[in-house]
Amino acid sequence: MSGELRKHTVVALVEDRPGVLNRVASLFRRRGFNIDSLAVGTTEEPGISRMTIVVASENGIVDQVQKQLAKLIDVIEVADLTGEDAVIRELALVKVACTTEQRREVLDLVDIFRARAVDVAPGSLIIQIVAEERQFNSLLENLEPYGILELTRTGRIAMLRGDRTTAAPDPESEEMQRFRHSSGRRPAGELPYVSD
Amino acid sequence: MRMSGADIVLESLKRVGIDTVFGYPGGVVLPLYDRWPAHPEVRHILVRHEQGGGHAADGYARAAGRLGCALATSGPGATNLVTAVQNAMMDSVPTLFVTGNVARNLIGRDGFQEADATGITTPCVKHNYLVMHAENLAHTFAEAAYLATTGRPGPVHIDIPKDVFIDEAEFVWPEEVSVRGYHLPGAADEADIARAAALIDTAERPLIIAGHGVILGEAWEELRQFAEHTGIPVLNTLLGLGSIPRTHVLSYGMMGMHGSYEANMAASNADLVIGIGNRMDDRAIGRFNDFNHHAKLIHVDIDAGEHGKNLPTEVPILGNVKDVLPQLRDATRRNSHVDWIRWIDDVREKHAHSMAIPSGPQMTSQGVIKRISERCDDETVIVTGVGQHQMWAAQHMRFTYPHQLITSGGLGTMGFEVPAAMGAQVAKPDALVWSICGDGGFQMTLQELATMVDEHLPVKMAIINNGYLGMVRQWQELFYEDNYVSVAISQPDFVKLGEAYGIKALRVTDADKIDGAIEEANDHDGPVLVDFQVEAEGNVWPMVPAGSALSETVEAPRPETPSEVAR
Repeated sequence: MSGELRKHTVVALVEDRPGVLNRVASLFRRRGFNIDSLAVGTTEEPGISRMTIVVASENGIVDQVQKQLAKLIDVIEVADLTGEDAVIRELALVKVACTTEQRREVLDLVDIFRARAVDVAPGSLIIQIVAEERQFNSLLENLEPYGILELTRTGRIAMLRGDRTTAAPDPESEEMQRFRHSSGRRPAGELPYVSD
Repeated sequence: MRMSGADIVLESLKRVGIDTVFGYPGGVVLPLYDRWPAHPEVRHILVRHEQGGGHAADGYARAAGRLGCALATSGPGATNLVTAVQNAMMDSVPTLFVTGNVARNLIGRDGFQEADATGITTPCVKHNYLVMHAENLAHTFAEAAYLATTGRPGPVHIDIPKDVFIDEAEFVWPEEVSVRGYHLPGAADEADIARAAALIDTAERPLIIAGHGVILGEAWEELRQFAEHTGIPVLNTLLGLGSIPRTHVLSYGMMGMHGSYEANMAASNADLVIGIGNRMDDRAIGRFNDFNHHAKLIHVDIDAGEHGKNLPTEVPILGNVKDVLPQLRDATRRNSHVDWIRWIDDVREKHAHSMAIPSGPQMTSQGVIKRISERCDDETVIVTGVGQHQMWAAQHMRFTYPHQLITSGGLGTMGFEVPAAMGAQVAKPDALVWSICGDGGFQMTLQELATMVDEHLPVKMAIINNGYLGMVRQWQELFYEDNYVSVAISQPDFVKLGEAYGIKALRVTDADKIDGAIEEANDHDGPVLVDFQVEAEGNVWPMVPAGSALSETVEAPRPETPSEVAR
């Protein structure tokens, strides 16, 4: 269980129902695993969400992370994409201080990194970058001298290259889909007032 | 058929085989209780505290070997259950915990007696549900029971808002349950079995550690056959006691912090350790980093998360112990390990004093506990609390069959002994149930005496009364230089207390009267409380000081005269 800290990209396919994020976050907190970033969104399969979790850990620990995640009933599949041939991306928005005189050179930098300026104001620019971490850090380094006013990142998402997929299970019966979807979810509309 | 949520809940309990619910009513579960008289097949036992109800469900489940159930109202009812939920989690006990919650329109608005019950239990359960639709109730109960009782068992919690009990829905019981995020392991990997068999066949000093999984997986017969076939001695974890009869020639009792000297030395000198349905707990294994570096480790467990969690493992085998043990037996050759067993026997003989019961006229805890054990019949269930008396019970009682010892292992919950014994007695109405109680733990949950009286549960309770929180005192003596702080515990007159509840109560202050009191209790047709006033400052030996390796087991100071040896 030794080894240096390494960033692992763990993908979990989970039930799309209330409380799932809490279960996953609670597990990481409880077992002392550190989350570097966590991105959640819907998938090609209704009712299934995909979490991409970046964990900085020793190799032995990430094995435990995967096993403990897999034990959660609402977690359907777990895969470690670290070291796999995968497309890994993160989106960030950077608001950088920039006078009109500086704008041209900042925009040149933006071009070099294949980023985009998505908002322009007299004293600042918002730059959008979709990249892997190294490229992203390099851009930040170059922007630093101008003054970074604000930074937000989505966290890493990842997908295997080629025909391979992080397999989703076969779709369930309509009845099960209905059960899963409504489980734990407040019914829509006005509820009767029941006091104690 | 259309029925109310309350009726669906009660109907569902019947469908999953629950005949007894340990419950406590309150505002939000009123609609459920209102319908209870229409479902007399489900016995409701009114406990005196939700924690007691939870432990009773736990004791029931362990004694019966099937799903136990406790019920509480919202808010404080739910939070009072939590200790019992975590207790069942740590010891993998199949239990169903049902709570009411405030009506759906009040959830999240800090309604009266609202608590985020599922939020609170999430880290303490195998799974939990907040049921927001009456039509989901039946499926939820079916799924919950399936999850609680299969694979590695554990507690499942269902939280139901008040108006969901009132809403009506069609009762549709699912023919089968499958959960796509939950997979039971199939047959063990043949390659793993082959690798394990090669290690087993070539080991010179192999050792089995049999844990709770052998009992939960009902694999005691398979364990015995495997051990006899390979000739490998068997140690137990605390919760594994009873998985092999203590009288079996290959049984060497409990290892760990208060395990026998020979068990800990065997574990420290083995060249192969085969963990079977155990979780390599620190109390059993000692300091992880210094656990026997010469031993290779094979670990059979149904929970992949246990493999390599605490110890590096040569051959993890994922599977049900009941299936894996015969596979291993078939893959290995018949063997015996005469020299190795002689070595362990030799250690046992040379260190017999380390677990000896002190001689002399004084009343010792060990003496009382051993005598209770000697007067047990083959069906007796032993339930303990947590602390010195628990360790002495584990050391000196002869556990001969599975489910015989019911104790709080992982969580170490003082106060477990009284309600869990009550639950065990409900599960086994004709069995003799002895609760070995600490004088501290007894005072935590003694209110269940009233429940025993109500329900005619003839539990025999032995308070091992030394006037101290004994294990804490022992640690203060040994590791905090006799600095006794808040460990001397005062107590009511236990005999008067028992009598106030209307139960037979005895006090024993003289070692000569121990046997008579036990027999009187055994013969009495009803609950009995016996206050055994034992010596105040006995210590549990041997001991692995916290944070030490098993090989650093410390023995009792050697007595001056040969004494009664507990074997």
